[in-house]
Amino acid sequence: MKGLGVYVLKRIGQALLIMIGITLITFILLYLLPADPARQIAGRSATAETVENIRRQLGLHLPFYEQYLRYLSSLVQGDLGRSYIQKTEVTELILSRLPATLLLMAGAISCELLIGLPAGILAAVKRGKFADNAIMILSFVGVSAPQFVVGILLLYVFAVQFGWFPIGGYGTAAHLVLPALTLGLLGGGWYSRMMRSSMLDVLRQDYIRTARAKGAGQMRILTVHALRNAILPIIAMIGLDVGIFMSGVVVVESVFGWPGIGQLAWQAIQRVDIPIIMGVTLVAACFIVVGNFLADVIAPFVDPRIELK
Amino acid sequence: MSRNFGKFLKRRIAVTGAVVITVICVAAIGAPFLAPYNPSEQFFDGLTLEGAPLPPNERFWFGTDLLGRDLFSRILYGARTSLIIGIVANGIAVLLGTVLGVTAGYAQGWVGAFIMRFTDLMMAFPALLLAIALAAIFKPSLWIVAMVIAMVNWVQVARVIYGQTLSLAAQDYIEAVRSLGAHWSRILFVHIVPHILPTVLVWATLGIATTVLLEATLSFLGIGVQPPTPSWGNIIFENQSYFTTAPWLVFLPGAAIVLLALSFNLVGDALRDILDPTQKGRTAG
Repeated sequence: MKGLGVYVLKRIGQALLIMIGITLITFILLYLLPADPARQIAGRSATAETVENIRRQLGLHLPFYEQYLRYLSSLVQGDLGRSYIQKTEVTELILSRLPATLLLMAGAISCELLIGLPAGILAAVKRGKFADNAIMILSFVGVSAPQFVVGILLLYVFAVQFGWFPIGGYGTAAHLVLPALTLGLLGGGWYSRMMRSSMLDVLRQDYIRTARAKGAGQMRILTVHALRNAILPIIAMIGLDVGIFMSGVVVVESVFGWPGIGQLAWQAIQRVDIPIIMGVTLVAACFIVVGNFLADVIAPFVDPRIELK
Repeated sequence: MSRNFGKFLKRRIAVTGAVVITVICVAAIGAPFLAPYNPSEQFFDGLTLEGAPLPPNERFWFGTDLLGRDLFSRILYGARTSLIIGIVANGIAVLLGTVLGVTAGYAQGWVGAFIMRFTDLMMAFPALLLAIALAAIFKPSLWIVAMVIAMVNWVQVARVIYGQTLSLAAQDYIEAVRSLGAHWSRILFVHIVPHILPTVLVWATLGIATTVLLEATLSFLGIGVQPPTPSWGNIIFENQSYFTTAPWLVFLPGAAIVLLALSFNLVGDALRDILDPTQKGRTAG
């Protein structure tokens, strides 16, 4: 267990280093690349004096490292800056939108697992047969289809034609189904491939052959012997999935009018409100770092065979 | 090589993908001759009396869009946009990823560590959000979109190539060549680089699928290729509010995107199975 403690500490150190790197990149994108943030905040009709005042307020006259340190210290205090257009704190905007995104994330990941795991197990069991080929081709379609096309298709079929679900919006369980399913169908393809190869690895093991030789039926081998071992590595992957989810959230929330941080970013894109875009990027990157960290830390617990490096 | 080509031909699904890619390439190159109309011409009879777009008919095979333009012609020209971005953006990404991956894997030491830590950092960024931030800062145009996509897509390639270079550099034959007094550039370009070319080819194919999807998504969000230049993504962006009454305006370009990305994924996957010996061992075992 001593090895595990050192391993966890090392991972925490790595995660912190990556976070610092991420803030450096968001800082560069926020303050150094845009032509003149002060002018963008002041608006078109501002006088040169106003622009100069804002520049001093933002500390844009300071040298690079001092600006970065100022940015870091405000981040530590939970201050992501102010929106150029809405003139409100980005942190407040993001916090008010976060619950909706977390709800969508829970719904989407449940859908992915409910679709991906059974499909992957079926493909592994029917290896080389029609079901396997069909599932693998469908999972390829899943990774090749843009989320906005799948989202609009589901809206068209289930909301417009059949009228089973509302056309976008937020509030009831019915509102959650289509956006979660859009992400679930595409992410499910990814899980089904992982689940299939994990299951095939396990089915190849000697102990499965032993169980079979002792006369265990196919169903018993799958549920009692194989599934438990095959599913463990997949559980650790849910952490990685958070990153994939965070990339899709802008598109899906804008298609379904889901009031989360993705829609916030989308609205900010339309008005070129860079502080909001960078705030959402930073929050999403935090989710990814934490997700990767959890995947790394959980993996050796669920599967003691993993070597700690 | 011809043996590998034979193996490829045996995979019917991958061959279908290659045929689809060829057809789309021909459509893109021949768009000026194949398109029945000018893609930006607004037809007076291209809208109903109420001003709604026309569904597919004999005159306009794929119907018309909200401005009364011929959708079939726009989709043909849109294929150009997708392929140009696919080839340019992915070409830059693969080149950058390969150079950085090989450098990190061969030089190792602090150079390698620096490159790989930077790669880890980029991996922690949600690719789409980073692309959105970049596209929002720079004024979007065809070439900016290509650059933005290249900036986020090289990371995967660099990691894969790094791993491969690292394991090649540790092989005994490299040690043998080095002890014979070969110059580092000879070791690198004669003994290492040729072995990673198959992987580069695989990623050059798979990466186009990712690139096509990313371009479509950026254009759908309004920060990719800007109208009037037609792109499959921005056709959907322009017409999405009509999807309940004119679904063809969303689903025909949408089908084109899926078809192109799927074909590149299928061909790339087949190439990986055929060319990558480590993967071959796994499927045979």
